[in-house]
Order: sequence, then C-alpha cells, then structure tokens
Amino acid sequence: MSLAAVLDMRSGEGATLVLRGATLLDPAAGIEGAHDVVVRDGQIAELAAPGAADANGGEEVDAGGLHAFPAFFDPHVHLRTPGQEHKEDIETGTRAAAAGGYCGLLAMANTDPPVSTPPDVEALRDAAREQACVPVGFLATVTRDMAGEELSEMAALRDAGAIGFSDDGLPVRSARVLRRALQYQRLCGGTIALHEEDPELSGDGVMHEGPVSAALGLAGIPSVSESTTIARDAALAGYEEGRIHVQHLSAAESIDAVRAAKAAGIRVSCEASPHHLCLTDEEVRSLDPTRYKMNPPLRSEADRQALIAALQDGTIDCIATDHAPHAPEEKEVPFEQAAMGVTGLETAFAAIHTDLVLPGVLDLALVVERMAGGAEPFGLERPTLAPGSEANVVLCDLAATWTVGEEGYESRSENSWCAGRELTGRVLMTVAGGQVAYRLRSFSLGVAP
Amino acid sequence: MRHLLAIDSLCREEIEAILDRAESFAEVGRRDIKKVPTLRGRTVVSLFYEASTRTSSSFELAAKRLSADLISIKSTGSSADKGESLKDTCATLSAYDPAAIVIRHPYAGAAQMVAAWSEAAVVNAGDGKHEHPSQALLDLFTLRRRLGSLEGVRIWIVGDVLHSRVARSNLVAFQAMGASVTVCGPPTLIPRGIEALGCEVSHSLDGLAEADVVYALRLQKERMSETFLPSLREYAAHFQIDTRRLGPRQLLMHPGPVNRGVELSGEAVDSPQSLITEQVASGLVVRMAILYELLAARERPAPVEGDDAQRPTPIGQPA
Repeated sequence: MSLAAVLDMRSGEGATLVLRGATLLDPAAGIEGAHDVVVRDGQIAELAAPGAADANGGEEVDAGGLHAFPAFFDPHVHLRTPGQEHKEDIETGTRAAAAGGYCGLLAMANTDPPVSTPPDVEALRDAAREQACVPVGFLATVTRDMAGEELSEMAALRDAGAIGFSDDGLPVRSARVLRRALQYQRLCGGTIALHEEDPELSGDGVMHEGPVSAALGLAGIPSVSESTTIARDAALAGYEEGRIHVQHLSAAESIDAVRAAKAAGIRVSCEASPHHLCLTDEEVRSLDPTRYKMNPPLRSEADRQALIAALQDGTIDCIATDHAPHAPEEKEVPFEQAAMGVTGLETAFAAIHTDLVLPGVLDLALVVERMAGGAEPFGLERPTLAPGSEANVVLCDLAATWTVGEEGYESRSENSWCAGRELTGRVLMTVAGGQVAYRLRSFSLGVAP
Repeated sequence: MRHLLAIDSLCREEIEAILDRAESFAEVGRRDIKKVPTLRGRTVVSLFYEASTRTSSSFELAAKRLSADLISIKSTGSSADKGESLKDTCATLSAYDPAAIVIRHPYAGAAQMVAAWSEAAVVNAGDGKHEHPSQALLDLFTLRRRLGSLEGVRIWIVGDVLHSRVARSNLVAFQAMGASVTVCGPPTLIPRGIEALGCEVSHSLDGLAEADVVYALRLQKERMSETFLPSLREYAAHFQIDTRRLGPRQLLMHPGPVNRGVELSGEAVDSPQSLITEQVASGLVVRMAILYELLAARERPAPVEGDDAQRPTPIGQPA
C-alpha cells in the first residue's frame, strides 16, 4: 500500500506535473537516465523520453540538469509533539522533512507524555491529518510511559494505528521486559526499534570515550555500552523470532554485533545517521554542544570508517537522521549540561552528498537507495519512481551550493549539526504522498501555456 | 593574549613571558608596600561556582595588589542559586564593564562560553575536569625557580588523573616546557586514551625512582562509592607517596588541599623535598602576572568596527 494510504498527512490535491528532462536515479527499481517524469493526480503516470511527454495543461518543470530520486524516508524523527511544541510540532517537523527531500517519516514516542496509549496515537494521527505535509507514522512506546517496567498495550496501540514500537531516548533496560515484548509482537506485529545503550556503562557520559574525552576531561560513553546491548537484544530477538530494528548505530563493535546477528538469520535491520557518517569526536574539542552533543555520541574515525563500510556492504539498511530539535536555552550552556541531540532533516542528503559522495567515498546510487531504505524495516512500501506508484519524488540540483541556516530553518529549532556550513546539493522540490510538499522559494516553475 | 582559557592555546614564548613577569612581581612582594597602580580604575570580577580557597583568594589578592576594583561572586547566595543561566549572569556582569572575569565552574567549557558572551578578558580558574591553566603556570613557575629549566626533566603525575583538571593542564604545560611526563594511578582512575597527550602511563610506582619531580593529586574520598577504588587503604598501599618511596633528590608537589595519609604521608608533606608551600606563594605572583599580561601588557583596544573578528565564535553559532 502507498505511504499516504498507511500513514497520515493532510488531504490535498494530487500533483499533476511533468519534470521535463530530469536525470533519474532509482537503483532499487533499476531506473536511471534522462526522462520526462509525468505525475498525474498524485501517481507516477509515465516515464517518457526527454521532451516527449504531454504536459496536459499541468505544471511543467524544466528539470534539465537536475536529478530526480525516489524521495527519502526517515524512520527516526523527534516531532516533540505532544508536550514540547516549543521545539517542534507536526507542521514544522514535516515541513523540515519535505525541505530535506523526504516523503515520509516515523515519529518517536518519547514525547511529554510519551505516546503510550491508544488515545495518544489517535490524537496524533488526527493532528497529522490536519498538519502534516508529508506522510507521518507514529511509533508507540514499548513500555508503559517509557518506564521500562510494564508492557504498553501493544495490540490496542497497533489497532489505533501505531506503526511500530520504540522507547527511543532510552534503552529497554530489562532483558526480561524486552523478551516479553518480543513474544507479544507475535500477536500484534509492529517492528520494535531499539535505542541500544547500557546505562550501567554509559553512566554520566557525555561523549565518546577515547583520547578526546581524556584530553577534555569529559566523562566518556564507551562503544561497548552500545555493542553489548545490541548483542543481547539480537540474541533475544533470535530466541523469540522477533523483528527488531537497531537505531542510530555509532560504533564499529556494534556493526560486528549486527553483522553476526544477520549472519545467524536473526530478523534485524539497522540505521546510521548522517552526523555519525560525516563527523568524529574530534569535533567535540570545540566544546560546542549545539552542533556536537548527541546520544549516541560522535565516535572515532575508525568507527566512522566502519559505518561507511557497513553502509556499503548492506549491514546498515538505511540512513536515519535522529532529528532531535532543542530550544536554544537547552544548548547555550556548558557541554556537560546541554541537551543531547541535533536536527538533521533539512541537511541529511546535502551533507552526505558534500562530505561522502563528492569526495568519492560513497556512490550516489548507494546513498539514494539507503536514504529511502527506512520504510521497509517497518513493513512500509519503499518510495519509487516506477510508473503506477504513488508519486514520491525529490528533485535536486547537485551543483547548487547553500549555507545552512543562512535563510533560517523550516524546523522550529536551530540546533543543526551543519549550522553555518556550505553544502553542495540542494533539494528544489519534493512530492510526498502524491502531493507537492515543498518547493524552494527561489525555484520558479514554468507553467505550460 | 586575549584570554587565558586553556594551556594548550599558549605557545612556549607566551608561557615564558608570564613566568618572567611573575618574577618581577616576586620582587614587588618583597617591598614594604606590595601594591602597584597598574590596574587602577579597572574592574576584575571573580566568579566562583565551586568552592575554592587558594585559587579564589590568590586571584583576588592579585587583583588588589594591582589596584583593580574587585567584585567577588560566589555561586551560593547569588542569582545562580536562583537558577540564572551563565549567559544571563554574563550579561548582568557586563553592565559593570569589567576588564577581566576570573571564572571557576563545575563544567568544561564554561570559561570559553563566558569569553564569547562578554567583552572582558576571561581567565579560566578551573572548568569541570577540563583545564586549570593558572595552576599549571604557577607549578611551572615553582619548578623553574627550583630547577632553572624543565628541559629533560622527568615528572610523574600520580593519583586520580581521571577526575583532575590539574593533571590535564599540567600534562600539557610540563611537556610544552620540555619535560617528559608519566601519569600513574590505578587503571580505574586513568582515562582511556590519555597517552594520546604524549605521556607514558604506569599503574605502579615501581619505576618512580626515575622521576625528578613527583606531582601527587588529591584523591576525593567519594571515589570508593563509585567503584573506582575498593578502599583508601588499598589505594594508599599502592599509590601513596611517602618518605620511603620518595627519594632524597626528588621534588614533591601537590595542588592542594592535601589529604594527609591518603595520597601523601604526613612526613612527605613536611619533608624538605616538598614544594607545596612554595606553590601557594607562586600562585599569587603568577596570577598577578596573568592579570597583567591580559590587561596591561597591551593597551586596551578601542572598540572599533570589525573588533568582533578577534573574539572567539560564540558556541552554537556558525564559525
């Protein structure tokens, strides 16, 4: 089923337009090269030879020299609603997503209060049908109120429309509780997404444990805090034949744990975030928490290289932003006191394109494939350019440069890890769930006479 | 030098200049009238968010000896107690147009943030477990007076390196002046990766005989409840510096306050090799020299357009 049919977004007119002469790239569907992309009533109607398609009175976009990809899907976003709307809400968060080229996202449940009951899910879905400009799915907590002790009403939450489950922000600390959730998953389905951290090991850590934390005198979060928990949870998932998704992988040891689990046939998928792929703990020497404090923390160069290799060999299934908006007063404090998290929806593709594709580290096709890879782990349809599918398209100018934050943000928060950086590659337009969700203000559309 | 935030931002020449200046203030200290008019009319704010005796008193006395007007603020009883943010406190203090702010704070990077938020010269008097540059400078001064030069001198820093800002600043400072450094302590109290700072690591005092200088660190007694140590007795058995372990040619230093009978034996503290009271005396003249170098060694710059370019980028803003 299409994203718009399963997830929630505001109702609107299905897009009708032609992207004239765009360079297409949809590796999962085997589509590439220059085409006219014909979108009619929110569907990809046809891929025609450049210049051959009839605009039929609809909008005609001169896309010569521009790239069209399946729009991206982010399985890890904090929309901060309900309770922290001063940081983000459904409207601003989905606008940020659309500006980043996303056609869908999953919202985490660690809100205030957490998304823990069927009415919580229903209220959010109602709000999304009013406010969301891209399709949004909501995860519910694994444990009641994220307290880690009792199970949420998982079946009722699924009936209310929860796409899956996660206590993200916190690990499911008790192996017993996670085991019960995995058993119960057989009744109700819904992938369980896991923030992997052993609080006994991470303690009061604020950054990666290593030479940089030693030099700065900051308490470290050791890599084994993440990897040992992944190993435990993968073993539980294997034993109970459950389906888990490991969130924001950061350490080389964690990749080994996921690789071993996959080799053993355990149903596990995993994600990595752009900031872990592009940055290392060296950045923390600036002691700037606004850009460089998050959990899991930025790790070593060896960890970063291991993440890149794992993205290439398929151990890492998808790229997820862990978009985590925070108010300035939570970040304009000394590093140890600052809130964890950075925003990333608006810059994810451009940052990876700039830091990893242009220098030749990653293939563009691989990045495009993994940026849309976040839907399948949750049983959702992968966005595609194939004719007959719902229109989920991002149009990019890969040569355009822009300075992050110079024109403000669509997000309500400004704690972007890319703030002030010049990036190459810009989203000009996003079609999400069949509707035009975003177009860059300065990007004018030619309308056929 | 615009601020004194961290030792590793100083080059050897800048360090030497401060130490040379401190020598000239040591001469002033021998006069009947120990006060000089250098900073008359300038305001120094002393802002301490953590308990401190020697650092705060020596900075405050240093400011007074230089004839500055001094405002002394402790976190207890101040607006910080009422939940005021560091940023807002900076804005408040800026209304007094201070020439310098001396700040001690429980978290790393606080001094750097104040430097970005204020026009004043900022002196880091200890930020979390990060840096304590004035301590490192006074220790260099003390050693230079005794040894002439640190070139080739072997220094062992012994104790709770993990929780010590003094260890971090001194490690960098000693090496900058040509000394070699070994850090020594139980593995639970030596941070993983510290050797990247250029030091050797030892978990035993067996090789201590090679040291020219033994620098012992204070051991906080609460470390036991955090499972860093089984007991003080076991710590003392392995790592206490006593007169049996301390050779007659070796110098002993400690940043204070000392836990007698824990990291140092009483005899070691009182031994002729101990430089501990000299360190305290050095603290005053070195802190006078720091304030002098920041405020008087160059003319106060007139606020001109483009002056912003010389200030550190505020944290959280694009560089």
